Amino acid sequence: MPGALGGGGTRRSGYLSGLVFHGFLLFSLAIGIVTLGALLVTVFLEGWRFVDAVLLFEPPSADPAIAGAEPAILATIFLGVLLIVLTVPIGVGTAVYLEEYADRERWYNRWLEINIQNLAAVPSIVYGILGLAFLVRGLGLGRVLLAGALILTLLVLPTVIIAAREAIRAVPGSIREGAYALGATKWQVVWRQVLPGAAPGIATGSILALSRALGETAPLLLVGALTYVSFNPTLLGDFTALPVQIFQYITRPQEEFRGVAAGAIIVLLVILLMLNSVAIWVRNRYQRKW
Amino acid sequence: MAETTNAPGTIAEVSLENLVQRDDRRQPARGARQVVFDVKDLSVSYDGQPALKDVSLEIYRNYVTAFIGPSGCGKSTFIRCFNHLNALIPGAKIDGKILYHDQDLYGAEVDAVEVRKRIGMVFQKPNPFPKSIYDNVAFGPRVLGMTDNLDDRVEKALHQAALWDEVGHRLKKSALSLSGGQQQRLCIARCLAVEPEVILMDEPASALDPIATTRIEDLMHQLKEEYTIVVVTHNMQQAARVADMTAFFSIERGEEGERSGILVEYDSTDKIFTQPSDKRTEDYVTGRFG
Repeated sequence: MPGALGGGGTRRSGYLSGLVFHGFLLFSLAIGIVTLGALLVTVFLEGWRFVDAVLLFEPPSADPAIAGAEPAILATIFLGVLLIVLTVPIGVGTAVYLEEYADRERWYNRWLEINIQNLAAVPSIVYGILGLAFLVRGLGLGRVLLAGALILTLLVLPTVIIAAREAIRAVPGSIREGAYALGATKWQVVWRQVLPGAAPGIATGSILALSRALGETAPLLLVGALTYVSFNPTLLGDFTALPVQIFQYITRPQEEFRGVAAGAIIVLLVILLMLNSVAIWVRNRYQRKW
Repeated sequence: MAETTNAPGTIAEVSLENLVQRDDRRQPARGARQVVFDVKDLSVSYDGQPALKDVSLEIYRNYVTAFIGPSGCGKSTFIRCFNHLNALIPGAKIDGKILYHDQDLYGAEVDAVEVRKRIGMVFQKPNPFPKSIYDNVAFGPRVLGMTDNLDDRVEKALHQAALWDEVGHRLKKSALSLSGGQQQRLCIARCLAVEPEVILMDEPASALDPIATTRIEDLMHQLKEEYTIVVVTHNMQQAARVADMTAFFSIERGEEGERSGILVEYDSTDKIFTQPSDKRTEDYVTGRFG
């Protein structure tokens, strides 16, 4: 029966819908890539001439020829370091508590979980308002870099917690049981097996959250990131940040400032790419196969 | 890492005695057998669902004791009672008594870590930690603070598990690069490295090929000279080959249709397989059921 291998009409339509679906997938992919590509090309064409020593090492100025972004670049790096120092321990600690210690039957643990999930969906401007009311005015911290770092920490903490929980959950139960069966205490199981096993996932999640935070503008504007800062930032001083600086340059009337802004965007992209490559390095370094 | 200290009256006292006796250990003659575990009316339930009901039996030193029975008869639940592993499952409830050298294993002052140090376990699926071969074997001694002569201890354990010739030259390699059978012997070595008295094995060969299975069974024959072994197995031939004593478990339906495991018959392996006294055992070992 040679005809039996040919398949009937229903098989044909099956192939057709497979092709349509395949086409749809390629289309979705194309939208993402083309948009990103167009943005990158425009920015690079406009901005690469402005990425120079002036941009990197000079303060902002009303004259586009000598306008730099050093205070903003430094502040963004400061913010990044503070964010890692503040977010990773608190986020991982919370995730370990929720995954390894919390009794899910307790109402307060369930309440905590729901809250964290909801917080991850709160718009960043709301965090900005919280920062203004609670940190800047309530605690009297003032419009300083530390207030900005704290509010960005609150902003990304839910994301870091969720990513760390996923990573901890991905460590197989058989590994925990194996460690317990050898007489390890709960602390030893968590510290010596679960956390090392979850490290790649935690690193990836944290750095992605950090990248997002460093691109944020709205909450920083509310807690007082200034559009014009001509001196380098300190922990308890006035500050600006790269996204704020970019926004400020774009709103200037002179045409050249758009180039300066594009240059600053390239610098921000490079900082973010460097952070992402750290994440990839950590992930590969601690890669686990179960 | 100070789990090695003990209050008087805990299981530590017993093990001192054991160390003295270890020298003249050999297969005891029937009648001169020494009780390691005395289980009295043990019942286990998960979230109120009974899993195992009223099991009473004795387990003897330097014997291989096998638990056989159909899936769901509670034999794995039972073996996990001996090293407090059920305590890790929320909702697990254990009634009745297990005496370990006349001490109540579930007494108020008993520390699960101390129990697991003396009663090791090998699991169904090989679960090496995602670390080097050396670090796998050294994990137990390290968490228990037994780090004197760690290299010798690791080497001895690997010899005992008949794995040294295969891995002695590549101790720093990842344990995950080993074959399934080697991984399981590594898990046995890991368990031996903390010098337990009893080794629990939960279907240790069910994920392995016939040759690797034979090696595990040979190992059990050698290890019982020094250790007491309790093994759960699906494979009746395996029980017949390795076990001195065999317990047959089955499933009983209660009045409300709930299923729970019961111990049907416990006797010498010869007796269970050649002249069982219970009809249900006979049906099972002759292959008419299960």
